[in-house]
Amino acid sequence: MIAVLFYIAAAVALLSAVLTVPRHNAVHALLYLVITMLAISLIFFLLGAAFAAALQIIVYAGAIMVLFVFVTMMLHQGELSIRQEAQLYRPSQSFGAIVLSIVLLLETLYLLAPVLIEQQATASALNVIGAKQIGLQLFGPYLLLVEIAALLLLTALIGAFHIARRHQEIPT
Amino acid sequence: MHELVTPLIILLILLLSAATLTWVERRILGFWQDRYGPNRVGPFGLLQVVADMIKLFTKEDWIPPFADKVIFVIAPMIVMIMMLLGFAIIPFSPQLQIVDFDNGLLFFLAISSLSVYSVMLAGFSSNSKYALFGALRATAQMISYEVFMGLSLMGVVILSGSFSLREIVEAQSEQWFFIPQIAALGIFMIAGIAESHRAPFDLPEAEHEIVAGFHTEYSSMKFGMFFIGEYLGVILISAMIVTLFFGGWQGPLLPPLLWFLLKTSAFVLFFILLRAATPRPRYDQLMAFGWKYMLPLALLNLLLTGAYRLWTQ
Repeated sequence: MIAVLFYIAAAVALLSAVLTVPRHNAVHALLYLVITMLAISLIFFLLGAAFAAALQIIVYAGAIMVLFVFVTMMLHQGELSIRQEAQLYRPSQSFGAIVLSIVLLLETLYLLAPVLIEQQATASALNVIGAKQIGLQLFGPYLLLVEIAALLLLTALIGAFHIARRHQEIPT
Repeated sequence: MHELVTPLIILLILLLSAATLTWVERRILGFWQDRYGPNRVGPFGLLQVVADMIKLFTKEDWIPPFADKVIFVIAPMIVMIMMLLGFAIIPFSPQLQIVDFDNGLLFFLAISSLSVYSVMLAGFSSNSKYALFGALRATAQMISYEVFMGLSLMGVVILSGSFSLREIVEAQSEQWFFIPQIAALGIFMIAGIAESHRAPFDLPEAEHEIVAGFHTEYSSMKFGMFFIGEYLGVILISAMIVTLFFGGWQGPLLPPLLWFLLKTSAFVLFFILLRAATPRPRYDQLMAFGWKYMLPLALLNLLLTGAYRLWTQ
């Protein structure tokens, strides 16, 4: 049952990710990306990582994508930009990218195939990961990474503050 | 069979109570403002709800020709679905809870962050100026207040040691969390009002300046869905306040479910009183208040709670 749900969620994620690319309307494209995020969250949930699933929705779908849509909405030019976009992008342009992606996909499948077959043979019980385990991992062996991420975010914060600051007259 | 019927009954009761709340609010606001409110239809005007429903359902369901049609139709559904989903994790009584989810609190935060899309897409798809203004305000407001809404709840998580709402309620058997977490309660309440964008934080739909904000172009039942969604939001926030800070179903003598309903209705009434009693802030005041006072306060509360927990262990 879980396997079936997993494949449905994966198919939705892939399909909506592919549909993101050829949209002429930027907001529509972003909405497909939101659906991808939700599908990925469901996959996390099915794999027993409920905590990661919730964070995936709160952080990606609920905050980052909201900001993306927010900015696109403000810059929205209406019909004009959609027509412009339609002129700039033709399906034939993505032919090369599609071919290269298929090569990568085949390689991935070739590498994954033995693992998949092995897993089917020994279908193990679902290992549910709780918030406590994640916390112990993050503030135990991965403490350095957490600190580095914090530092990076702080830098980004200072940068954003600098850019958004009102320009003041420099006294002569 | 039982698993299927209970949620359906809960859904029905929720929708009915949200609809009734439209009447309760107008009636009580009337009393507080020294006037009658709707009292013509039926006893005490109770059938006003039915009259309103007939009106909403029979109005022309108009989609503006300049609107982004698909998104225009989806937007009001999102808020309804998200708010109703939120009730799935609420423990109404020891026996009555639809899903006892380990990460219930995170689920609630995810639901509230996804409901932003409803307002935002409504404003975008309407393709009109006032709707866009309303949507911009609503989105900025909801993202900002979400941040410390989550942070304020972490104090409760530290004290109870769990994200599961049932365990949080059970951890309050000796002391309700509003005593040690009084700051968090205040922050969560303010953030809750901002999340459900009700007065005094109803600037996204402030009718005195931007017509009706994000739902300017909506009519008929689509408008009704935003309306009911807002009331569902109020009930959901009240239920969460009761669950997290006021011991959920716990209380002496009366049955647990009754306690839960009593406490929740008290907070719903409080939200209505707030609307009657407070003036609107300016939009920049609202945002500055959130980031400059609420966020540091939430962080401080989290720090102190963590320190207290480490001290007593």
